[in-house]
Amino acid sequence: MSAAKKLNLTLKVWRQKNGNAKGNLETYPLADISPDSSFLEMLDILNNGLIDKGESPVVFDHDCREGICGSCSLYINGEPHGPARLVTTCQLHMRSFKDGETIYIEPFRAKAFPVIKDLMVDRSAFDRIQHAGGYISVNTSGNTQDANSIPIEKEDADEAFYSAACIGCGACVAACKNASASLFVAAKVSQYALLPQGKIEAKDRVLNMVKQAEKEGFGPCSNTGACEVECPKGISIENIARMNREFLSASITK
Amino acid sequence: MENSKTSIIRKVLMALSGLFLVIFLLQHLMINSLSVINPDSFNEVSHFMGTNPAVQFLLQPILIFGVILHLVMGIIIEQQNRNARPIKYAFSNAGANSSWMSRNMIISGITVMLFLGLHFYDFWFPEIDIKFIQGDMSGMLEGETDFRYFKELQHKFVSPVRMGIYCLSFVFLSLHLLHGFQSSFQTVGFKNRKYAPTIEKLGNIYAVAVPLGFIIIALFHFINSSH
Repeated sequence: MSAAKKLNLTLKVWRQKNGNAKGNLETYPLADISPDSSFLEMLDILNNGLIDKGESPVVFDHDCREGICGSCSLYINGEPHGPARLVTTCQLHMRSFKDGETIYIEPFRAKAFPVIKDLMVDRSAFDRIQHAGGYISVNTSGNTQDANSIPIEKEDADEAFYSAACIGCGACVAACKNASASLFVAAKVSQYALLPQGKIEAKDRVLNMVKQAEKEGFGPCSNTGACEVECPKGISIENIARMNREFLSASITK
Repeated sequence: MENSKTSIIRKVLMALSGLFLVIFLLQHLMINSLSVINPDSFNEVSHFMGTNPAVQFLLQPILIFGVILHLVMGIIIEQQNRNARPIKYAFSNAGANSSWMSRNMIISGITVMLFLGLHFYDFWFPEIDIKFIQGDMSGMLEGETDFRYFKELQHKFVSPVRMGIYCLSFVFLSLHLLHGFQSSFQTVGFKNRKYAPTIEKLGNIYAVAVPLGFIIIALFHFINSSH
């Protein structure tokens, strides 16, 4: 097996001691990176080098490294999760970059996603939006009806499933010029709105979740479609139209 | 009432006023095109539009309200947009995921509004002056028996600088509409997989054809005036 040509890179990484500190882009040259390594592995290599030199490693979020947990983030060369499509940063490989390339690595930027340290941001605003209505109230006393006993049209079931594929990583917010969370909120609203179990609380859900998103400081939606393009799970902006429909109808009747 | 302060409601107001202006623009283009096809008809329609009480005192205020609503909502939303990201990215590749038009509606919108100011200065303010301050509702110049509207229109398209500003403004209007038309349908929740291709196609045709129509009419009068 012939080894692929190793990459020599220049990294421009956002370093910030804490939420109150002023951050800046630091330059780190990095040599002999395998194109087969993942982006996060490349950062691990950078960090090992920094630790060896007695410097503070770059802090970044990561967990499953399988593209399903929504923990990893990073705004890489001007795009959330980097230049590849339908992948999270952990699934991005160094073969997407050229030898000698300069790579800019910044945190997801939004008023509602304050920086904790370096590339790690606080995305708990998403949790609070979920708490505002991203659930269904079910009596779990033992008399709960089996969900599968309720017939659901295949198309609706599929749509709800696609919406539920949102991993809440925040790439939509990072990509949006207004740092809008519309795609996230719309996906969470849609996954319930399309199913009979979700219809009962649909009005309160959409009203409360949208209001919570505004309260958190996310911006309005300009329908640029950037969120859909950058979403690692391919969530469609059709969900945003559905959310707006739901919100308008709930605003009139509730 | 609390819901009305959300950005969704503001965007819906923006979208509805925008769609209303889309209809108005089409009507304006149809009247303008009469100036090329038949100047007499253009004069008559212009006189009707300028003196009919329903047009003047019902439709015109609605139109002005629509324009102001669109502008005010645009400015409020733009402020909200900017507040949501206080620290900008050092390196952004926004062109990879969205169109210039969709990201710069405020630039194309303000350009169109500035043009509207000039348009009011050229046509609307003199009209108000003649009709409601001087009280001359005849639609004719002193000592003449023809309506003045066609002559006034020709007179405005003599200056090459005015022509340049006029054409450039309509290019910006086209850029504004290329995103705005289909975006309005998305905002009011009308866009889905079934209707999206039709809305997008219709929006692109409208966004190119209507401003181009205004430009062609202006060029027609400009070229005629130089002979």
